[in-house]
Amino acid sequence: MKNKNILIKFITLTVAALLMIGGLAGCGTETASSEGQTANAATSFRTLDEIKESGKIVIGVFSDKAPFGYVDENGDYQGYDVYFAERIAKDLGVEIEYVSTDPASRVEYAATGKVDIILANFTVTEERAEQVDFALPYMKVKLGVVSPDNALITDVEQLNGKELIVVKGTTAETYFEKNYPEVTLQKYDEYADAYNALLDGRGDAFSTDNTEVFAWAIQNPGFTVGIDALGNADTIAPAVGKGNTTLLDWLNDEIEALGEEEFFHADYAATLASVYGDAANPDNLVVEGGIVD
Amino acid sequence: MQDSGISVLFMGSNFLRLLEGLWVTLRISLIAVILSIPLGILFGMFMTLKNPISKAVSRVYLEFIRIMPQLVLLFIAYFGVTRAFGWNLSADASAIIVFVLWGTAEMGDLVRGALISIPKHQYDSASALGMTKIQTFIYVVVPQTMRRLIPLTINLTTRMIKTTSLVVLIGMTEVLKVGKQIIDANRFEYPTAALWIYGVIFLLYFLACWPISILAKKLEKRWR
Repeated sequence: MKNKNILIKFITLTVAALLMIGGLAGCGTETASSEGQTANAATSFRTLDEIKESGKIVIGVFSDKAPFGYVDENGDYQGYDVYFAERIAKDLGVEIEYVSTDPASRVEYAATGKVDIILANFTVTEERAEQVDFALPYMKVKLGVVSPDNALITDVEQLNGKELIVVKGTTAETYFEKNYPEVTLQKYDEYADAYNALLDGRGDAFSTDNTEVFAWAIQNPGFTVGIDALGNADTIAPAVGKGNTTLLDWLNDEIEALGEEEFFHADYAATLASVYGDAANPDNLVVEGGIVD
Repeated sequence: MQDSGISVLFMGSNFLRLLEGLWVTLRISLIAVILSIPLGILFGMFMTLKNPISKAVSRVYLEFIRIMPQLVLLFIAYFGVTRAFGWNLSADASAIIVFVLWGTAEMGDLVRGALISIPKHQYDSASALGMTKIQTFIYVVVPQTMRRLIPLTINLTTRMIKTTSLVVLIGMTEVLKVGKQIIDANRFEYPTAALWIYGVIFLLYFLACWPISILAKKLEKRWR
C-alpha cells in the first residue's frame, strides 16, 4: 500500500514537473486552489455555503443512459436523475451545471470534488462508501440478465462457460467477479458499446441493473429478461465528496422532505413510466423519504 | 425513409451538436499539435546532444510517455493531480497538457530520427565549402529534415485528432460522445440510428483529416 502511494506520488510529480513545461508554452492552466485546504488534497470539496455563494451547483450525471440520464435532441439533459437534480438546484436556489460522467469515473469525480454531487444511477456499495459519502437512497434495484429469446438464460448456472457482457465499474461486474468467478466476463467502457455487443451476438447475455435491462428488453424484440432479480436489493443514492457533511445533511433533509410530497413517484411518472410501461410496479423501484422496506 | 435511422440526425439540434463535438475534438488536437511541433523540434534537437545526462533525461521522458497509455495520463492529469496536490485543472487544460506532452515526445523522436538520417557526407561537404556549424545546420540540415518530417508529422496530427476521443473520460463531450448520446437517447424509437450516426462521424473525421493530408502533399511538392 505504501509502495503504491509512493508510486502515485512519483508519477504525479513527474507529470506535474512536465506540466510546468506546458505552462511555459502558454497553454491555459487553470489552477484554482480549493478553499484554503490545499494541504489536505483528499478533502477538496465545496461546502453547502460555498455552493450557494457561487450560485452554481455542479452535478455529475450520465449523458447516455436513458431514461435515467440522457441528452435529448435539443441538447438538454433529461431523465429520472436529472429530474431530481433540477429539483435540488431549484430548492438550493442555484444554477445547475451538468458534467457528463462514465460509470468508471463517477467515484473519482466525487472524491476529487470535480463535481459537488454525483447523481448518475450510483449504486451504494461498501467499496464506494470508503471513497465518497452517500446520501439517503432515492431508488432501489437488483441485477437483471437479458439474453436473446432463442438462447434464453433463466438461471445463473446456465451462464457457466458462456460470455456475459458487463459495463466496467458497474455493480454487475463486481457481483459476478465475486460470486461467479467461473463466468467469463466481456467488459465494455460504455453502455452503448455493451448493448451493441449483445445485439451483434458477441456475448451470450448482458447483466446490469434490472431497471435498465427491463427498459431495453421492451424496446428490443427478440430479447427477454430471463433473470429479473439477482443479488441483494441495491440502493441508488446521490454521492458527495468524503466528509462534505454540510451538503450531505442538506441532501438528506431534502430527500426526507420530498418523501412527504411523493416527489419520486412524480419523477417516476414523468420519466420512467413511459419506458417501463406496465412491466414494472413503481413501488418496486422508487424509494420515498430514504426509507427502503 | 421516415422510419430510417438517418432522420435522427435532423431531429432538434442533433447535427449541430455533432458539429460542436467535432469542434471540441479539433480544438484540443489542433492546440496540442501547434504546441507540440515547436516543442517537439526543440526536444528532438535536445535528444541528439551527445551528453549522457541529456540523453538519459530525454530517454526517460520519451519512454514514460510512450509506455503510459494516454488514458492513464489523462486520468492522472485530471484526477490524480487534484488528489495528490489539490490543484484543480479544468478538463480542457488537462487534455491539452497530456496531448502536448505526448505530442512533444513523439514529435521529438521523429525529429531525432530525421536529424540523424542526414548522411555524414552532407556535414563534411558543408564544412569543405567553409560553412560554420550554424550555417550547416540552417542551410543544409534543416531543409532536408523538414521534407522528411512532413509525412511523419501529418501522421501524428491525424492520430492525435482520433485519439482525442479519449477525453470523454474526463467529462468532455467530443464528437464521438455526442454521437453516443444521440444513439442512446433514440435507442428506443430508432434502434438503427447507431450505424447512421457512426457513419456521419466517420465522414466528419474524414473531412477533418483530409485537408491536412492535402496540405501535406502541397508542402511536400513545394519543398522538393
